[in-house]
Amino acid sequence: MITVKDWGLVRFLEVLSSKRSIRGLIYACAVTFFFALILFPPILGILLKWNLIGQIFENPALMSRATSAIYASFAIALFVSIIDIIAGLPMAWFIWRRKSKWLDALDTLADIPFIVPTVALGFSIGLFWSDETQGISSLFGASLVSPGWLLIILVHFVFSYPAVVRVMVGALFDYERTYEEASKTLGAAPVTADRTVTFPILKLSFIAAFTLAFARSISETGATVIAAGTFENGPVLLNNLRTSQELGYESALVFVSFILIAVSCIIYATIRILGPKLKIPVRKVWPVAERKLSSHGLTNLRNISTLLVFFVLILIPSLFVALPTVNAVLNGTLNQALSSTGIWQGYWQSISLSYGIAFVATLLNTIVGLPMAVLIARKRLGGLPSTVLDVLVNIPMIVPSIALGVSLSIFWSNFPFVPEIGLLLFAHLAITYPYFVRSMSAAIERVDMDLEEASKTLGAKPFTVFRTIILPLTKYSLFAGAIMMFTRSVGETGATVAVVSKLKTVPVLLVEWIKQTGLATPMEIGLGCGFLIILSFIILLILRGTVRGRH
Amino acid sequence: MPEVRLENVTKKYGKIVAVENVSLQVHDKEYFSLIGPSGCGKTTLLRLIAGLVQPSEGKIFIKNKLVTNIPPENREIGFVFQTYALFPHMDVWNNVTYGPRVKAWDKEKSNRIGDEMLEMVLLRDRLNAYPRELSGGMMQRVALARALAAGAKLLLLDEPLGALDAKIRFELRYDVRKLVKDLGLTAIHVTHDQSEAMAISDRIAVMKKGRILQVGTPQELYMKPQHIFVANFIGESNFLEGYVSKVAQKEITIELRGGILVQALDHKRKREEKVAVAVRPEILMIEKGKKRKENSIFGKIEKRRFEGTSIRYEIRLENGDLMVSVRPALIEKWLDVQEKVTVSFPIERTLIFTYPKKGLKEELALE
Repeated sequence: MITVKDWGLVRFLEVLSSKRSIRGLIYACAVTFFFALILFPPILGILLKWNLIGQIFENPALMSRATSAIYASFAIALFVSIIDIIAGLPMAWFIWRRKSKWLDALDTLADIPFIVPTVALGFSIGLFWSDETQGISSLFGASLVSPGWLLIILVHFVFSYPAVVRVMVGALFDYERTYEEASKTLGAAPVTADRTVTFPILKLSFIAAFTLAFARSISETGATVIAAGTFENGPVLLNNLRTSQELGYESALVFVSFILIAVSCIIYATIRILGPKLKIPVRKVWPVAERKLSSHGLTNLRNISTLLVFFVLILIPSLFVALPTVNAVLNGTLNQALSSTGIWQGYWQSISLSYGIAFVATLLNTIVGLPMAVLIARKRLGGLPSTVLDVLVNIPMIVPSIALGVSLSIFWSNFPFVPEIGLLLFAHLAITYPYFVRSMSAAIERVDMDLEEASKTLGAKPFTVFRTIILPLTKYSLFAGAIMMFTRSVGETGATVAVVSKLKTVPVLLVEWIKQTGLATPMEIGLGCGFLIILSFIILLILRGTVRGRH
Repeated sequence: MPEVRLENVTKKYGKIVAVENVSLQVHDKEYFSLIGPSGCGKTTLLRLIAGLVQPSEGKIFIKNKLVTNIPPENREIGFVFQTYALFPHMDVWNNVTYGPRVKAWDKEKSNRIGDEMLEMVLLRDRLNAYPRELSGGMMQRVALARALAAGAKLLLLDEPLGALDAKIRFELRYDVRKLVKDLGLTAIHVTHDQSEAMAISDRIAVMKKGRILQVGTPQELYMKPQHIFVANFIGESNFLEGYVSKVAQKEITIELRGGILVQALDHKRKREEKVAVAVRPEILMIEKGKKRKENSIFGKIEKRRFEGTSIRYEIRLENGDLMVSVRPALIEKWLDVQEKVTVSFPIERTLIFTYPKKGLKEELALE
């Protein structure tokens, strides 16, 4: 008889994996983890405080604040997502059709705002647009865009745009060019071909990009709080209520969170059900007008304006915060920061907390997310349950993060033995989980079933199939998903603010520095954000490194 | 009139040369085929004519008009893709009338042409079906109808039958030719299947590694291949290595391995030149025992295979070379394995090629 020791751990797992019961147990654990830690707490918390919701109806002032904040949230999200699609589509096009090496660099640049923590982005963009001593406003001597809804829109546009571009570039790379070519050989001008053939075929990906932008805008807290001024949308209101602890705040908290969660879920479900049925009109054609639109001059104009929007509205404002960092090197702030004196001691503690939590959350979610991704991608539970799981996995992503945090803290307050760091970890697990499972299940779905079957006919056990076929073929998505979780966790503000009182992650600390005057100088804030951007940039380079060799 | 002319056309992808210095003329109303092994550049050449890729060098003319800088949508061509590329979000009717619509023909004309085209490919009753609901043969017919409905007089076909079952493929190839001839179109058809090209083409161009080796009618390519690769790619050939030992006024004598002498009608050769003698399996006669006649060699049958309509013998010659003979299966009496035989072939059907510098195997390689 061969013992475990002779075979090594891998062999041991392989042998175990051919037992149905063991496989069932692993899947059961993954599903339990998902329901117990990811899905239920963020929703149940709100339901537990359901009895409080009546109070807000007796407080008309608070009620009107709440309703206008909710309205603002959805209006901004809708507007931002539409602008994202309009501005992102030509950019995705441009990257897809890349004709020179430098467009490769553009591709990398487009990712920057995605990976920079939103708090740093928000601060940087605020500096660029509204600080009258620096940025573009210094040219006019007055604040060009004051904090408020317009600045929020600018900030949301910046951080959701890269996600939209990424999704659309991915879809375009998977797209069968022959359809477009067929359309052209039949006499369609480029614009006609895109509108009647390419767009309708890629419709579902465009809808996915739209949903992603919408969800990010609805749920973002850190940067929004910085850009808001006195303006309030959902997350800003929740944050203000928590800080001020004014009368009836809990009721408003529950009310706003509930509405945001419920409406987001309804919108998501509607898009998911109606999206595939949505018909893009393809029968009507305006050959003369579309031929004109396809002309060389107009195409160039479109490309130039796309690049202009990208550099002026996205890239330069995002990295603007780096300028004071240069000054910091000269006047000694850098030295202070690096020797961690004064407020910097707290900063470096927060950095290690942020990256520590991000690392643990990434690791845990990768381990428990993989079986879940397999379950969804291979429909191991049968068609309907797998589809239901597929939908449920998205919920933590579409729920506004601060509402999620509020609900989570209410839920776990019933279990006082859970320490604060536990709550922090749970919040980050819930927020990042969907990013990994979504990209991973999509990647596994793309692995040809024949390969798996070929491996089985050659005698591979289920775990061997996973280890030798699925993993190597989805390596890219695994890394990409893990890095996405990691950066999302580092940048997370909303849910974190809601669950912690003593512990401070970097974004929470930076919001505090920015919001409480006198706590830190603009130079110090700039440098604090600068460090985050540099660290994020290093992560981006690692990501690029793993992506290399794929194309 | 849609004649197509290519002048010194080259297409490079970075360092890879897909099409190298090709000049070609396709006549009006001609059914022309481009054939060659996969990767020989035939599809790239077709896409160059369609305007789907731009040449690195050279000029392309359609109807005597320089089209090198004209995009595909303005070239008035019909293109049938190997995968058909039927728009998955449109039904048969909308696929077929797509061309007339994007060209803004009036509604009545578009509808009439859509009707006519579907009538012609016998799919009137499926006009509301979506591509995913159709069989391979139906999809192929819709793709053809769609390309023709746009009013093109030049039809470009990229392996149009490649995705079909052998039987349907066989039937449809004659349908396609008939359609092209009935409508008076010019067609350029890309295929890797030489029998398909032989059966339907007026003329064929054989390509290898981006170059055109020979252009001619199917008979010319078969009877008078000008390149050793063509002799092997169009049909099949036995190749024997030898030296020219005697040059007479009409015929030459070649000394094969083992001192065997054969003759061929080829006066352009020099003495001592190394050559390859090509003999098609279907002209190689086999008789029992030792017989002396023109171009005869003794040997022994090593293998025999029954192939349905024909029977295929592999004969080991007395000098150690191998030859293949293909005989009609049901007309002649079968010979047995190990039987001693004489093979012979007529002087006037014996082809002579300069022996390739890189070796025979390399020159005939398909990849």
